[in-house]
Amino acid sequence: MDCVVTGGNVKVLAKAIHSLSRIGDELYVEPQEDALALRSVNSSRSAYACFLFAPLFFSRYTIPSGHAFRCKMAIKSVQAVFRSLASLEKTVEKCHIELDKQKSRLTFTLHCKHGLLKTHNLSFQDSESLQAVFDKDSCANVFRAQPRLLVDTVVHFPPSLEEVTVAVSDERMWVRNHVDEEAEQSKAMLTELCLASDEFDHFAVGAHNSVTFCLKELRGLLVFAESTGLPISMYFDEPGSPVVLSVTDSVLEGDFVLATLSDDPNHRKNNSRRAHTPPPPPPDDFMNDDIDAYLIAMDTSIAPGPSATGPPTPSLARSTFSKQPAAANHKTRIHSEEEEEEEEEDEKADLDRPPNKKFCSLFFGSVLPPSSQMSTQPVTSQEVLASDSEDDT
Amino acid sequence: MKFRGKIIDVACLNHFTRVITTISKLTKMCVLRLTPDNLFFVLSGKVANGGVSMWCELSQANFFDEYQMEGVSSEDNEICLEVTPENLSRALKTVQNAKAVKVKLTKKHCPCLTIAAELPTLSSASRVVTHDVPVDVIPRRLWHEFKEPNMPDFDVSIYLPPLKTMKNIVDRMKNLSNFLVIEANLNGEMNLKIETDLVSVTTHFKDLGNPPWGDDASQDGGASQSRDPEAMVEARVDIRRLQQFLMGQQVNPSKAMCNIVHQRVVHLILLHEDVSLQYFIPAVA
Repeated sequence: MDCVVTGGNVKVLAKAIHSLSRIGDELYVEPQEDALALRSVNSSRSAYACFLFAPLFFSRYTIPSGHAFRCKMAIKSVQAVFRSLASLEKTVEKCHIELDKQKSRLTFTLHCKHGLLKTHNLSFQDSESLQAVFDKDSCANVFRAQPRLLVDTVVHFPPSLEEVTVAVSDERMWVRNHVDEEAEQSKAMLTELCLASDEFDHFAVGAHNSVTFCLKELRGLLVFAESTGLPISMYFDEPGSPVVLSVTDSVLEGDFVLATLSDDPNHRKNNSRRAHTPPPPPPDDFMNDDIDAYLIAMDTSIAPGPSATGPPTPSLARSTFSKQPAAANHKTRIHSEEEEEEEEEDEKADLDRPPNKKFCSLFFGSVLPPSSQMSTQPVTSQEVLASDSEDDT
Repeated sequence: MKFRGKIIDVACLNHFTRVITTISKLTKMCVLRLTPDNLFFVLSGKVANGGVSMWCELSQANFFDEYQMEGVSSEDNEICLEVTPENLSRALKTVQNAKAVKVKLTKKHCPCLTIAAELPTLSSASRVVTHDVPVDVIPRRLWHEFKEPNMPDFDVSIYLPPLKTMKNIVDRMKNLSNFLVIEANLNGEMNLKIETDLVSVTTHFKDLGNPPWGDDASQDGGASQSRDPEAMVEARVDIRRLQQFLMGQQVNPSKAMCNIVHQRVVHLILLHEDVSLQYFIPAVA
């Protein structure tokens, strides 16, 4: 493997690595014929990100011939190569990435101004290919927006906030903070932001669903999208199936796949795909509300206010997002034989899964794919269902 | 009970945010009293918060373009809420560029102060953000705990030096001691002192001036007038309380004063247009 990145693309590469570092601790590097793939996944396997850099992104791009090379390395050490983004832009003219087979090192050489060379020899481990299985094109809801819109949206939420809920109607999108424990609910501040469809470049709603996912990874992608100025596309379907955020340009593609909280199990049983439409919050009342609507009666009656649509899914227990030991989740799991069958499972199995999981896992391929398998949406036949709580690697 | 207020002016919004942020640095929880003319943020001196108390008074007309309220009853035309100023501050900070901000009392899953802001966008429709800050409604029978504190019968009243200067000094003294002695006299002199087994440090200020309190001041006129202008009165306070006060303040007061009751209490007053903030730090032995 021998790649050279020059000029402004060095910063793009650096930003991509920084946003991947928001996802997981390891960077999976896979030079493919049609693109260099950089990927990461979090420890609970509920968030996955992949950047593909086309050969045109590089001023030189050669990959090892013969056998397919792929490796993983600590993302921190790669981040260290591109530590100071500000000075990177000013001083680095060229970045050379080369595989030193004899020493088993991946060498990053930064060619800086005044002939200064910075060489980082990073060790790596062989790894299997990391590949999430998702199909963004089949999602019912598709949006595209300038990064600024999403940056201005997330700024309303405190940095400590873990999850947001996104709900959509034909005309609007609501983003609100997710408060998961009922006990906290009475004390937690609720923030809701309403975006009109015409703020988006593209706004196509096929199902009035709402999904809840982690904000941290979205923030990670925003760092990248904002610096490159690339619009962000968002794809999602229903609670429990992943939300995909992606950026695309002629020489690169980034996909962030985030698990969403699965729905209330009781709700889920009779949840025939499209029938599930939560009542959309009433239209905005900002300019013409009447003070009487806000009357507080100190008895138990509940005044119907806007967004009195209630707390988001209070019946959900805590999210399992990497906070709980894997086994804790499966105490009540009855389908123990399911694990063997999972290799053959297709999406329908999704519906039969035990309802005790909160964040639905992503499908992962952790087997060696044939080298021809380059797409981000590979065929599922070889994939293993790796749930968020079955991380046995 | 009804309450709704609307702020349109950016400067008012900014000022209101700064006042609330200042309060949020002083206390986690406080009581917001709403009357037809004023908003009060009150912290009554309880042992749990180190005996400090706070009284912040805002004139509603100075901040709100629209302000409607209806209290518990016509004779008690007030609303008393327990709020977390940090939440209000956070909500207001994110809507600094709003075209209009509404603050209203709402009944959601619990009583809330809802901050709704209309944000500017490039599109025709406006973007609306709402923050529901849960509050507790304080029943009528407990209101007496949140009345304006009486002006203590102070021995010396003095103008404070620039708060930033004071902050720098107190921050450094904090590294050396947990307690600080404030002393002042009627000759415009004030000292900040720390004394430990190892070190004594004193910062002297002079020509600060003593505010002329009229006859209506609670002091009986005679006491401090007959006092020797050079004689110092002092109070030893928890340095963290003073630091908190100096650190958080964003009011940029036009006047900052300090009243000292000898070995009893330090009463700090910040005045800025129609905002007044009083902060009481009890002396420790």
